[in-house]
Amino acid sequence: MAGRARQLNLAVGAGSAAAAVVLALTLGTLGAVAWRAESAARLGPSDWAAVRFTLLQATLSALISVALAIPVARALARRRFAGRGVLITLLGAPFILPVIVAVLGLLAVFGRAGLLSQFLGRFGLPPVQIYGLHGVVLAHVFFNLPLATRLILQGWLAIPAERFRLAASLGFSERDVGRELERPMLREVLPGAFAVIFAICTTSFAVVLALGGGPRATTVELAIYQAFRFDFDLGRAAGLALVQFAIGAAAAGLALRFQVPQATGGGLDRVAGRPEADSPGRRIADTAWISLAAAFLLLPLGMIVLRGAPALFGMPPAVLAAALRSVLVALSSTVLALALALPLAFAMWHLRGRRLAGWLEALGYLPVAASPLVIGTGLFILFHPVVDPVALALPVTVVVNATMSLPFALRALVPAVARVEGRFGPLADSLGMHGQARLRHLHWPRLRRPIGFSAGLAAALSMGDLGVIALFADPEQATLPLQLYRLMAAYRMEDAAGAGLLLLVLAVALFWLFDRGGRVNADT
Amino acid sequence: MLTLEGLTVRQGGFELRADFSVRAGAMTAVIGPSGAGKSTLLSAIAGFIRPSAGRVLWQGEDLGPLLPGERPATVIFQDNNLFPHLSAFSNVALGLRPSLKLGPAEGAAVEAALARVGLAGLEGRKPAALSGGQQSRVALARVLVRARPLLLLDEPFAALGPALRAEMLDLVAELARDTQATVLMVTHDPADAEQVAEQVTFVDGGQALAPVPTGQLLAEPPEALRAYLGQRKTRP
Repeated sequence: MAGRARQLNLAVGAGSAAAAVVLALTLGTLGAVAWRAESAARLGPSDWAAVRFTLLQATLSALISVALAIPVARALARRRFAGRGVLITLLGAPFILPVIVAVLGLLAVFGRAGLLSQFLGRFGLPPVQIYGLHGVVLAHVFFNLPLATRLILQGWLAIPAERFRLAASLGFSERDVGRELERPMLREVLPGAFAVIFAICTTSFAVVLALGGGPRATTVELAIYQAFRFDFDLGRAAGLALVQFAIGAAAAGLALRFQVPQATGGGLDRVAGRPEADSPGRRIADTAWISLAAAFLLLPLGMIVLRGAPALFGMPPAVLAAALRSVLVALSSTVLALALALPLAFAMWHLRGRRLAGWLEALGYLPVAASPLVIGTGLFILFHPVVDPVALALPVTVVVNATMSLPFALRALVPAVARVEGRFGPLADSLGMHGQARLRHLHWPRLRRPIGFSAGLAAALSMGDLGVIALFADPEQATLPLQLYRLMAAYRMEDAAGAGLLLLVLAVALFWLFDRGGRVNADT
Repeated sequence: MLTLEGLTVRQGGFELRADFSVRAGAMTAVIGPSGAGKSTLLSAIAGFIRPSAGRVLWQGEDLGPLLPGERPATVIFQDNNLFPHLSAFSNVALGLRPSLKLGPAEGAAVEAALARVGLAGLEGRKPAALSGGQQSRVALARVLVRARPLLLLDEPFAALGPALRAEMLDLVAELARDTQATVLMVTHDPADAEQVAEQVTFVDGGQALAPVPTGQLLAEPPEALRAYLGQRKTRP
């Protein structure tokens, strides 16, 4: 069985190499941070305030997202209307939406000069204030209400239609259906949805950078950035990075303890007949919830397009240069993400059932708990004695972005590899298809859809990322999200609007191109 | 001659033993209750499962060191015999060249094989555009181009209706005669065995018994086989 052993060794070897890279980037950089933090001054009261604010905003964001998602998901579960499918697809869009672009859109609606303030002004009311805790929570709800809605909708649609039919035949009222069918489902789904959103919000950086700040609205992530960038207090940055990792790991651990329903979008198009909810009042309420949620999502996006379109042509050269840089960073980090994810996925398949496979899988999901700023701080500590960190700004961004998208790539690729090898592996073995032949005639044709999807996600996430780049870059090396943030900070809102639309278009286009490329002419 | 020499295969808590030979060119049915280990036996011969003891020999040569693709065998599985993203032509051609780089003579051989099983003109179709029977024929065309001396069939026609299945079995018998192949065919239906197999090996209780002529076995079934067939002591 020499050939099989060779094949196994190759897959396991490549997978182990990928695992070593991920390990070095997550736990290795953390080790560097811990080593540096040893000599650090102890954390002061402002740092503990940052910890409290991190937990407070994450709790509020998760609670409000989930609470609002319940009526929206219920309305989507029991109503059929034109555009329902499109709306549910759009609920997945915030995932690839650059955070800083969303903030720009939210400012256009909820900011001092935004639509809402203008509307209030007509009645002589003062404009609304978006900066601070409620601005941070608003932006987090904007991103996570759709996610919560998808997760909860999945739970609703997992209740067999026959149960609702049985309830109808027994003459259940809406209250009876709620007690017997819906509340038990919610009790199962809600903790998981809450935990996931809480975890996401503890590591959020760009939102807090743009809308938070000051002594009363600084998260740990933002405090790391400030200690690093403004005070150049590496010891304090390292101490904060350790705190951040502890919070991230605890939040991810919490999320893993609950069964998180998969929001893959499959089967979201079924609607069970629900006579108990057929009264005009119920219909109006559901319509209102769906319209409000849709408006909340679409208005900011619409404002980006509306305000950005006039400025799209005639953008400053610095913006165009940043855009080019960002596309190159996104493409490189996409290649790297796949170069890590594919060997890991194949190694997991070859080692299936063994303990090592479990370790590889755990390692692949480690970046969920890691924070880009912690990785960035660690890399800086490791490299600044030898190289000028500014020169490494873009390569480090490529590497960190690839690592951060690894869990999402694995989530698509690991089951796909298992499916393909499980179904067609024996046939390919019996025909002697190894190496090149297996790659070309089995793996590529059957894996190109998940590969395209993963690549699209990695590219869009990297394109829109505003994280580690903010630590390192000087003005000559800004990526488009960083450039956009600088324009916003300088109140050059017209240029910002153009840059925001450009960033949105590029992120969506990259996702679409890769995802589409995987689908075209692919036989399932 | 195919020889199973003190063969023991362990899978989970399950164990199967076999110790017998099959004459070259014979057509042998493998029957027995589901879960008895019929497919396990075939998997061991095909090289998918490594035996925990004993050897599989073909014409005196130990097949142990050979990968599934290197063994002198063609396997037809219960399902997933065709790659859905490849045409009928490519699916057959893979049996000759896993790289799909064919010379002109090989291309002609693939077309001839498809014509032989009655699929002339359908070379370009993908499996989704073929009926269940036609898909089985593509897999059988691959048997022809591979021309390996052993043919292992793991209930490949179980999803077909009775008439179509009988037709496919006849085609298998013809192809086996043409290529002088030694055939082992797993089935749960004694009628299949009666139709084409000259001998039957009965698998039950962790043991694959030495083959017995089909007519003799079905006329006087041993106790375990009678229980499996669920019929009266003697056949009418």
